[in-house]
Amino acid sequence: MAQTLEHPGAETLSAQCMLPDLYRIQRLRMETDDTFTLEMVPEGDHARFSFLPGQFNMLYVFGVGEVPISISSDPSSAPTIQHTTRVVGTVTKAMGDLKPGDSIGIRGPFGTHWPVEQSTDRDILIVAGGIGLAPLRPALFWLMSHREQYRKVVLLYGTRSPEDILYRHELEHWRGKFDLEIQVTVDRAASTWRGNVGVVTTMIPRAPFDPSNTTAFICGPEVMMLFTVMELRKRGVAADRTFLSMERNMKCGIGWCGHCQFGPVFVCKDGPVFRLDTIERILGKVEI
Amino acid sequence: MIQTLEPLIREHPFFQGLAEPYLRLIAECATNVRFAEGEVLFRQSDPADHFYLIREGLVAVELMIPHRGHTTVLTAGAGEVLGWSWLFPPYRWHFDARALQPTRALAFDGKCLRTKCDEDHDLGYDLFRRFTQMMTTRLESTSLQLMDLYGANA
Amino acid sequence: MGTSPLQVKDTAVIEARHLEQLFDALIEQGYEVIGPTVRDGAIVIEKLSSPGQLPIGWTEEQDAATYRLKPRNDRAYFGYSLGPQSWKRFLQLPVQRLWRAERSNGGFRIVPEPAPDVRRAFIGVRACELHAIEIQDRIFLGSTFIDSDYRSRRDVFIVAVNCTCAGGTCFCVSMGSGPKAVSGFDLALTEIVDTERHYFLVDVGSERGAVLLSKLPQSRASAAEKEAGYQVVSETSRHMGRTLNTDDLKAILYASYDHPRWDHVAARCLSCANCTMVCPTCFCTTIKDATDLTGQAAERWKEWDSCFTTEFSYIHGGSVRASVRSRYRQWLIHKLATWNDQFDSSGCVGCGRCITWCPVGIDITEEVRAIRATEPISMGQRHDSNT
Repeated sequence: MAQTLEHPGAETLSAQCMLPDLYRIQRLRMETDDTFTLEMVPEGDHARFSFLPGQFNMLYVFGVGEVPISISSDPSSAPTIQHTTRVVGTVTKAMGDLKPGDSIGIRGPFGTHWPVEQSTDRDILIVAGGIGLAPLRPALFWLMSHREQYRKVVLLYGTRSPEDILYRHELEHWRGKFDLEIQVTVDRAASTWRGNVGVVTTMIPRAPFDPSNTTAFICGPEVMMLFTVMELRKRGVAADRTFLSMERNMKCGIGWCGHCQFGPVFVCKDGPVFRLDTIERILGKVEI
Repeated sequence: MIQTLEPLIREHPFFQGLAEPYLRLIAECATNVRFAEGEVLFRQSDPADHFYLIREGLVAVELMIPHRGHTTVLTAGAGEVLGWSWLFPPYRWHFDARALQPTRALAFDGKCLRTKCDEDHDLGYDLFRRFTQMMTTRLESTSLQLMDLYGANA
Repeated sequence: MGTSPLQVKDTAVIEARHLEQLFDALIEQGYEVIGPTVRDGAIVIEKLSSPGQLPIGWTEEQDAATYRLKPRNDRAYFGYSLGPQSWKRFLQLPVQRLWRAERSNGGFRIVPEPAPDVRRAFIGVRACELHAIEIQDRIFLGSTFIDSDYRSRRDVFIVAVNCTCAGGTCFCVSMGSGPKAVSGFDLALTEIVDTERHYFLVDVGSERGAVLLSKLPQSRASAAEKEAGYQVVSETSRHMGRTLNTDDLKAILYASYDHPRWDHVAARCLSCANCTMVCPTCFCTTIKDATDLTGQAAERWKEWDSCFTTEFSYIHGGSVRASVRSRYRQWLIHKLATWNDQFDSSGCVGCGRCITWCPVGIDITEEVRAIRATEPISMGQRHDSNT
């Protein structure tokens, strides 16, 4: 499994980068009542598609529009890929109506990735909020398939309610098989839920990792990430070992349209994965 | 030979750094308790005579809402604290609490502690500082919880 | 008459009446000539077929929210400064189809637009505009993804013009982008109009510029002629309508996100986006996907966009920059600060168009002056002029 993380898709080209490649839908699985995972395979000769955990594609539904969505599948399963998304607008709604055999357009992979290769011999702390678990899932696959290269691997996952837990079976499988510490919490639950209730940040003070030798990957709503960063700082995790996945409006995905700017950085090409110390100055500032 | 609870109190995160003399004082108000899975620790409007340092297990703090049934407000696990209604009159619980797992805890007698705090204001200051900090953290976390950050328009 | 062949960095002289031959030479070489002309009370940039269409004898009066054409008392071809349009409209089209798609075999097929097949010459490009084009080159040609349409359109024959009168809102001197064109052109003209003569000094900027120029009746510029050119451009640089102090500007703006001045400008700004439309470096676009009524054919279009629109920063049911305050701040801080970190230069070339064409007269130089004048008040951070 010696898969090296060479940056794929380093396209110095031109006309191609605004043209979607065609993929066929293989499966659509409902994860929750408004969140689904699409699995797709390339048509024709895009069999070379590969990606790094944390990268995203621009997904195009014929005649409807295009949206950026993180790739949520195992990098080693490429070119078969998955995207998990929630229905939030016309394009995602149309996506949710796609059937196996339908075509979808893909441009990518774009963006920076979770630095899994550079984080060996350390504890890995993953803090995921809601659908933020989806862009982290490829990293989890990677970590599990290279488990011996890392020390403790801890996943703290917070979501709205027990019904909103994503990839439940996979999490159970990993917990059992791979020495992965998983703690799940929800914001609200009926009394039939026997697990934690409370925001995910409350689990950080006592999570079993060594702050002086930990790399943290955080993904979720921006407010949740801000408070997570505060808790990690309190425990002494270094800002240059903390990584966040940011999100902004995107139209092109390749640094031309200007929409995804976050202060001086473009989320599409300088991100979406950012090292905390490079964006700390503007993180949390209002309306940037 | 009576085994004191001081070591257990000393190692709990809530009392980190507590001065030795205070440790001895509050240990006098402490008892070791266990709850079986499903056992109720307290009910809403019961007299609130204790607070709990959870050592092991998980406790759900719940509210009974008519038409909706029992809703879990939050859970407290190992290393966390439960209960501040003992601090102020009328000393009544505002919620229910139930053990979700077999739980071991230290229960502190509220009246005993209040008396000691009246006698030794420095102890009172230390305890109230710890509780205030815990309550502000709890308030912040609850605000985040209420914001429904993972909702459809988060 | 010069006998040795013209070379890059040489300066020649042509009489004004021979400008016609320059046009003819360009058209003969297959260039479509684009240049300034008067239309609808302004000097706009359009396809031209003769120098008679240039704004001969016209100048402009410009100030905040003010633009008026005024007749000159001579017949200068280029005796004005800048109209509302910039050359970016010919390099990155305001509206452009990227591809078409049609349903087929249960899926769909994408048909890219053919590459543009047009050779153009720009005549009348100011030094600030040369800088602006070079700045946009960095965005579309300078990174991992190269805009091939921009690249095709970019091979333009450029006849630049050194400014002989400064505009009322110009501050190219402050931004180091003029008034003299120093690079990025094939030929650069300096117009000399006096009672006795009307001629152009012509700086040669490229091989093909030299070749074209040598087809015209021209002579090497004498020392006196060169001095005349030098004088008129120096005079221009001394009459800038505005100034902007760029010392430490990036650091100052980075420390000023919470400055009260943003509220002051937000009370006036209409977020009409005029400034972004007239700015020669603003490059933001949006993508529009559409389908026909049958649902069988689809198209993708790219169009100019502006960070001043409310939808620009929309995600998850709301805009990140919902207030006018945040949008004006985004524009100014991008133009004068974050642009430096993104593209290694300022985003502003001091052309002044944003000042002239703002309907309420917001002046970028005045805003910067106001921000400098008071200490930034972001959480106890003090501006340290040594950083």
